[in-house]
Amino acid sequence: MTNKINIYKHFLVILSLFVSFSVFAQEPTMVSEQKETASEEPKSEKFNAGELIIDHIIDAHEWHVAGHIALPLPIILYSSEKGLSMFSSSHLEGGEVYNGYKLIKNDIVEVNEDGTTNEAATAKLWDISITKNVASMFISILLMLWMFTSAAKAYKRNPGKAPKGMQGLLEPLIIFVRDDIAKSAIGEKKYKRYLPFLLTVFFFIWVNNLMGLIPFLPGGANLTGNIAIGMTLAIVVFLITIFTANWNYWRHIIAMPGVPIGVLVILTPIEIFGMFLKPMVLMIRLFANMLAGHIIALSFFCLIFIFAEMSTGLGYGVAVFSVAFTIFMGMLELLVAFLQAYVFTLLAAMYFGAAIEEHHHEEAHH
Amino acid sequence: MELVKPAFGLIFWMCISFGLILFILKKFAWSPILKMLNDRETSIQEALDSAERAKEEMKALQAGNEKILADARHERDQLLKDAREIREKMISEAKGVAAKEGERMLKSARENIQNEKMAAITELKNQVGVLSLEIAEKILRSELASDDKQKALVNTLLKDVNLN
Repeated sequence: MTNKINIYKHFLVILSLFVSFSVFAQEPTMVSEQKETASEEPKSEKFNAGELIIDHIIDAHEWHVAGHIALPLPIILYSSEKGLSMFSSSHLEGGEVYNGYKLIKNDIVEVNEDGTTNEAATAKLWDISITKNVASMFISILLMLWMFTSAAKAYKRNPGKAPKGMQGLLEPLIIFVRDDIAKSAIGEKKYKRYLPFLLTVFFFIWVNNLMGLIPFLPGGANLTGNIAIGMTLAIVVFLITIFTANWNYWRHIIAMPGVPIGVLVILTPIEIFGMFLKPMVLMIRLFANMLAGHIIALSFFCLIFIFAEMSTGLGYGVAVFSVAFTIFMGMLELLVAFLQAYVFTLLAAMYFGAAIEEHHHEEAHH
Repeated sequence: MELVKPAFGLIFWMCISFGLILFILKKFAWSPILKMLNDRETSIQEALDSAERAKEEMKALQAGNEKILADARHERDQLLKDAREIREKMISEAKGVAAKEGERMLKSARENIQNEKMAAITELKNQVGVLSLEIAEKILRSELASDDKQKALVNTLLKDVNLN
């Protein structure tokens, strides 16, 4: 446990370096201080804020509703020996062994007959379960499909009319993405090619960010604060960048025109590194920002219980401030939810724009 | 480390779902929505343009109207001026013709008068000649009425003849 918290503290330090907003840069230190107070009492019956927060922000094989009620989710596993197996997560509840599988923390492992972990088989086990995050993603995707297809229908139903309802809500955002992100970053000529992707990314991140802010069942999963999501999106951006890049882009990376060979030896590796660094930054920014928001909100609530352990009255006293701060943070998170979607989309658009930029230098000389 | 370790299952589902939603939205949402937005923007732009054009036309029309009005006014003035000139010209011409005619008539009257006068004078001269002849005849008759008188006359005539 202490080890985990140490890693967690280190992680928070890294986090504070990456988070672009100063308000967050201050908050994580507060979180870690509070984590220290929690870890000073290592007795298991004591309230452990760090564990609680971690439990809430990482993925899970069941969807915790309230108290001891949890929604079981389907577990899908593939191992080369046993083949594909699918069963409800309720079979693994409380550390039970089912079909030779056991849930330890959040990982599913293969166990031997005697109940010990079979490391070799576990390494070859592919876990594609519908976890809490996956389920939450499916819900948000259905929501998005409904939102946009109904908006599209509304456009078809009354063409040339003023927008209303869902259409009216989405239209300014669509126009915002089109004009202020795609057109301004990519250029009037070629933005149309990237627009569907940019719109999808923008709304995917935004909707999932908002879903993450809802504290109960259909939301509450920390999807965009999960590194796998940021990574997948960043990889897609990277692939689109390199597959649509023109000769001009590659030439600037491999051998910057007008730079002597001696400098190129240093510059080219930096440029190549930068090519990979860009999507990396995209991934970390989204992940860290959304994760930090969830951690802060949870931390404020944990404060109540930490103080309540000292004295019940103190707990109530702190609750007032905690709730007030959580409301404030919630408002800020609403902004951040939008802002992160915007920043991710804008940066992706700028990378695309840089990849297809035409050669300008020679024209400038004339 | 769980926080920064991307889970395979999540990446797997993310790829599938994101790919699907990208495809579906592109086909059924973005294309129609963007097309409609574009169409609407184009139609608004066209409406604005045509309003602008109409305004320009209106202005041109107004300018044309004013020009026509000015032309008409100018033409009217010209017509009036012409009419005045024609009138004056006609009057002066008439005056000239009348004066000439009067003069001509006067001249012919004067000639007539002269002719008449000359005729009258000739007549008078003839009359006087006739009268003078008659008078001379009568005087001669009375002078030579008696022998005495004839003798006296011969005497006087003989007296005048100087017999040298």
